[in-house]
Amino acid sequence: MNKKQINNILIWFSAIILIILIMTPGLWVVLTAFRPQVDVMAKPAVWIPRNLNLIQFETMLFGGSEGSMGRSPIPVLSYLRNSLIISFTSTFIAVLVGTIGGYGFARHNFKHKNKYFLLIMLTRTIPGISLSLPIFIIFSKIGLIDTHIGIILVFVALNIPFTIWLTDGFFRQIPRAMSEVAMTDGCTKLQAFWHIELPLSRSGIASAGIFAFLISWNEYALVSNLARSTDSKTLTVGLMDFTAQFTINWPGMCALAVFIIIPALILTFMVQKHLVTGLTFGGVKG
Amino acid sequence: MAKVSLQGVSKFYGKVQAVKKIDLEIIDKEFLVLVGPSGCGKSSSLRMIAGLEEIDEGVIKIGDKEMNNLEPRERNVSMVFQNYALYPHMTVEENLGFSLKIAGLAKKEIEERVHEAAGILDITEFLQRKPSQLSGGQRQRVAMGRAIVRRPDVFLFDEPLSNLDAKLRNQMRTEIKRLHQKVSTTIVYVTHDQVEAMTLADRIVIMKDGIIEQIGTPLDLFERPATKFVATFIGSPSMNMIKASIIKHNDQLSMKTNDGIIVPVPKDKQNSISEGQNISFGFRAEDIVPLKFGQKPSSAWEMQSSVNLAEPLGTETLIFTNFGEIEIVSRMFTPEQVKSNDNLNFALNLDRTYLFDEKSGLAI
Repeated sequence: MNKKQINNILIWFSAIILIILIMTPGLWVVLTAFRPQVDVMAKPAVWIPRNLNLIQFETMLFGGSEGSMGRSPIPVLSYLRNSLIISFTSTFIAVLVGTIGGYGFARHNFKHKNKYFLLIMLTRTIPGISLSLPIFIIFSKIGLIDTHIGIILVFVALNIPFTIWLTDGFFRQIPRAMSEVAMTDGCTKLQAFWHIELPLSRSGIASAGIFAFLISWNEYALVSNLARSTDSKTLTVGLMDFTAQFTINWPGMCALAVFIIIPALILTFMVQKHLVTGLTFGGVKG
Repeated sequence: MAKVSLQGVSKFYGKVQAVKKIDLEIIDKEFLVLVGPSGCGKSSSLRMIAGLEEIDEGVIKIGDKEMNNLEPRERNVSMVFQNYALYPHMTVEENLGFSLKIAGLAKKEIEERVHEAAGILDITEFLQRKPSQLSGGQRQRVAMGRAIVRRPDVFLFDEPLSNLDAKLRNQMRTEIKRLHQKVSTTIVYVTHDQVEAMTLADRIVIMKDGIIEQIGTPLDLFERPATKFVATFIGSPSMNMIKASIIKHNDQLSMKTNDGIIVPVPKDKQNSISEGQNISFGFRAEDIVPLKFGQKPSSAWEMQSSVNLAEPLGTETLIFTNFGEIEIVSRMFTPEQVKSNDNLNFALNLDRTYLFDEKSGLAI
């Protein structure tokens, strides 16, 4: 065996270890969702599942029979509705405002532009959770606790800086001559944006949208403070419904987690596809 | 009618004045070339005509209409950019028809006009391709097609050939000239390449540091440069230029170079010059020739010098030699072999020697 082969084996070995480390918790969640509570709680641990079932999913989605834990089913569909409303609305607003902002930063010069840009990016360095108390106090004073609007507002604020940053980069890649030629071709500034610059930056905007959606969809800490009831609780916060004073329904919780992961997983694959750009290639000197 | 006029036009970028109160009248159907080194204000001037830059001072008119406050789309001009700026997400056909679609023309008419333009530029077979599937020359043609399809009052070209290789550039240059003959529309063309300017233009505007140095036909500029800058900028190889001061020598005004070489002032310039004046005198390569291989001009001044380097180009040979300490270039059209270190007698044609005041740079 030469040196190169040994190197290869080492690289593969470390890669496999890494993958196992990353994947195991996720796989364990998926596996737990299909196993009976007794199996999950067994000591010593049962590593190889003895039987798998769909009871948790049935209970979660269709109410099912009185669960083995003797607990009433959790209002998953209400949570799903809340999650969808909040994630989609906040993503839409964040992408709309963020794209306009990104375009502004990419195409227009104004005083202290770089400072403003830095300032907006700096807001991302603050851990969201550290804002939860101030937000809670303000929201309770203006009556936004436990409302869709309140949570949407928080997500919009969280996502706009990232959207600006991402779309700014994409707009910068489009040569200025592109919109200029459109304007001499008879377009207004807005038409040039709509017909030329927007289609050319759509991968960027799509990626920004997907990222914003994932952040809203997966967020737990802030919503757990701001959402109090089925009026606004999202799926992630709903996970905690599976805990009681002395017991935790692990299989149920994991079933809901799997349910949450699916859309996120689909969207992640879409990000991958959209991050491959090269769309503007060919329009200018090649 | 689409004459273009610039009256006292200025452009500022922050504190820098890129264009300084220029006046320019472009005649209807004229091919006018703005030429100058980079940063001379030629592109800014073009972009102000297009409406892509604010006019900070002065008035720009197309036809008789003031353009200052009109958007680019209201000016009925078409611009061709250096990097083509084709819409990468549209086919060639959509690229060509885009302006007509925006203008709200009927589908059938758009198709007719697109095919007409494609025919003129010989790109009909590429109509369904995307810009990324075209070569540089083809892209440039599409960019021109997109401009002519609108039937604008004025075409604006911003260094359209500088991204092409030398061979293609020559070919496209001819095509642009042909295009102008076919569509006969006013063209304002910006380039930094004096050869492009000379070959294409009806009239050339030479700019430097935001001001117009000279306006004239290519031959005007070549034969009667108004300033030292124009003299050295136009023509290839560049005009030989030597600094000197005016002295009296044998009762005749003469030019004494820094190396002490004394050359008589050409007869027609004797009265417009005075003793003690600092000047530069210039002559083109073909106006100083080795006596052995050329005809002696009627009013000649002779010198002896050895050849530093010879470049035979077929129809002509460029000979680099020294004029005192300064290297000059001579061009001879006889196919004779000249070698380095050959000692030759050169004759300078004084009738074709240009004098420029050193301070103002103006021709004397």
